[in-house]
Amino acid sequence: MTPPEDWTLIIEPKGKLLSLNLKEIWRYKDLLEMYIKRDIVTFYKQTILGPLWFFIQPIFTTIVFMFVFGGLAGIPTDGIPQALFYLSGITLWNYFSETLTKTSDTFLQNQAIFGKVYFPRLIAPLSITLTGLVKMFIQFSLFGIVYIWFVIKGIDVRPNSYALLFPVLLFILANLSLGFGIIISSMTTKYRDLKFLITFAIQLWMYATPVIYPLSVMKGSYEKYMWLIQANPITAVMETFKYGFLGQGSFTWLSLGYSLLFSIVILFFGIILFNKIERSVMDVI
Amino acid sequence: MSDIAIKFENISKQYRLGKIGTGTLSHDLKRWWTVNVRGKEDPYIKIGSVNDRSIRAESEYVWALKDINLEVKQGEVLGIIGKNGAGKSTLLKLLSRVTTPTTGRILSKGRIASLLEVGTGFHPEMTGRENIYMNGSIMGMTKAEITRKFDEIVDFAGVAKYIDTPVKRFSSGMTVRLGFAIAAHLEPEILVVDEVLAVGDAEFQQKAIGKMQDVSQSGGRTVLFVSHNMSSLKSLCKKGIILKNGTISYSGDISSAVTLYLQNETTNALNYINNIAYQASYIRLKTITINNKQAGSVKFKDHKNIIEIEIDGELFIETKMAFELRLLDKLNMPLAFYSPGHFYGKAKDFNVGDFHVEEKIFLPEEINRGTYKLDLFLTLPGSTYHVSIKDIYIDIEGFPTKTGWVFDYEKGAGFILIK
Repeated sequence: MTPPEDWTLIIEPKGKLLSLNLKEIWRYKDLLEMYIKRDIVTFYKQTILGPLWFFIQPIFTTIVFMFVFGGLAGIPTDGIPQALFYLSGITLWNYFSETLTKTSDTFLQNQAIFGKVYFPRLIAPLSITLTGLVKMFIQFSLFGIVYIWFVIKGIDVRPNSYALLFPVLLFILANLSLGFGIIISSMTTKYRDLKFLITFAIQLWMYATPVIYPLSVMKGSYEKYMWLIQANPITAVMETFKYGFLGQGSFTWLSLGYSLLFSIVILFFGIILFNKIERSVMDVI
Repeated sequence: MSDIAIKFENISKQYRLGKIGTGTLSHDLKRWWTVNVRGKEDPYIKIGSVNDRSIRAESEYVWALKDINLEVKQGEVLGIIGKNGAGKSTLLKLLSRVTTPTTGRILSKGRIASLLEVGTGFHPEMTGRENIYMNGSIMGMTKAEITRKFDEIVDFAGVAKYIDTPVKRFSSGMTVRLGFAIAAHLEPEILVVDEVLAVGDAEFQQKAIGKMQDVSQSGGRTVLFVSHNMSSLKSLCKKGIILKNGTISYSGDISSAVTLYLQNETTNALNYINNIAYQASYIRLKTITINNKQAGSVKFKDHKNIIEIEIDGELFIETKMAFELRLLDKLNMPLAFYSPGHFYGKAKDFNVGDFHVEEKIFLPEEINRGTYKLDLFLTLPGSTYHVSIKDIYIDIEGFPTKTGWVFDYEKGAGFILIK
């Protein structure tokens, strides 16, 4: 065997089962920053409207939702102005769904670069999650503008101290989208079946989340499916947000705690799986 | 502490052939069951064919690398030689941690930077400046390090004028130069280079080789260099290994490695038709016959150096064609040129459909003994190539002098014995 020497790197067939590899990710933090900068800057290169594109999509979706769900279907919004209700739901949901869709494609999207050079693979989905967060903040400012406009108009919105939980809500969403995303991307390297499922599953997931309806309405109409909605970790995020900023919604510490715990477990599990897969992924992709 | 920078211990890498589809799931489950649940040894790790792409594999698994044991000393420049598919790139991929070995382990000291393909991670929309930062951080540099080296990198790459232009407007040569410049200034303890010098002009190639020598000699850094260019291998490396079908078939000093490799490679195992390097869309060759053979080494007997070439194929347009032949040595040094199209100023007209080209070439009798290469071309003289066929090896027996001596090309007698 090798005499004890100061090898700095040992490459072996199998890695440790439980390795989060966080130290190495910290060492590559500059790369993470580059990735985020790159994704934001290149997003609107060679477009006329530039950064305006960040706003166009939520504005139009909100208008369509106001017509379809608010107008045609007549789903109540807990007394919150429709524009604010839908905009808050869309802003948060878009962050989650876009991040999930993109991170779940990590290995396939990056196979060219992953095939040539080594860096902690987690940097790629992590940067997507953080880029999404920046984009979310930009869109959140739109929510802020509409919010202030309603306040000036004298509409009764009652923000309260629970609005301070906003960072926690984002933390939960980031954990969930990153966690689920890397689990899916790890599972789709060899068998791509799951990839077909994911876009369509995200669509259905939205309907199981209080985005276009308040939780109170669900409780009134479909009592027996409430467990499903309650089990959904994003439900508490949506309700807490609306409760804190708009003064309406069903907030309990229990459901928020459940969401937080759920998101951390998913992320932890995701990182372990991802680190296990990343070592051999280039052979099967 | 020894002065070994990299150590490969029993490294093997197994790949699976064929497609991944519905059937492979049950196969995977079976394998997983045997290994993880019943606790037995992986049954597939034992089998697996030798990595030889020209022979049809019997097993589904193939060993791209098998039992590689290798030590590279610090400051050494190791050349890795081998045919396509011999396992060179797999070896470097393992080292740069793109993939993991099936068995064995690699030990190394210090940061490894790989130049498997230059311009990795260049984003076409970002400027040269942004890409230097991006690419540098992909290779593991910190922002501060890059800032410190920035001017040197730009200077070395010679792209100062374009530094704030998106990389998509760069020429491919400029991209390569920039990529190489970044990697060369990384100051890794171990630098892995794979065929990057193929692009870039002569001046830059010289510069790159100089930089690599610099890095290894004054910097005491280790370089692993894969190339098909024997002369740059010879000028850069001291030691060399030959990989053949996934195993190390020779390890020693570079010039014997190059000589040995070229000797073994000089049989045309495959049909000459496999030597087609370029073929325009409107032409398709069917057979190439040289001295009545369609494969194998071309030998000349009784110092009558006559080459009879017949090419059959099909044309889809009407065109003029002339035959051209180049004679080179094994290191690609051109020696002679034959072009009746230019010499007589004529090219024959060909119609759409099957065609047949026949050429009998009388080379001088006084060619010295050695192994040479033929490159064949069908051209439209002075304007374009229809087809190029490269690297057909020929053995010339040499010209016996009155004293009974036969002189060798490689031993310094050169190409022709002058009367």
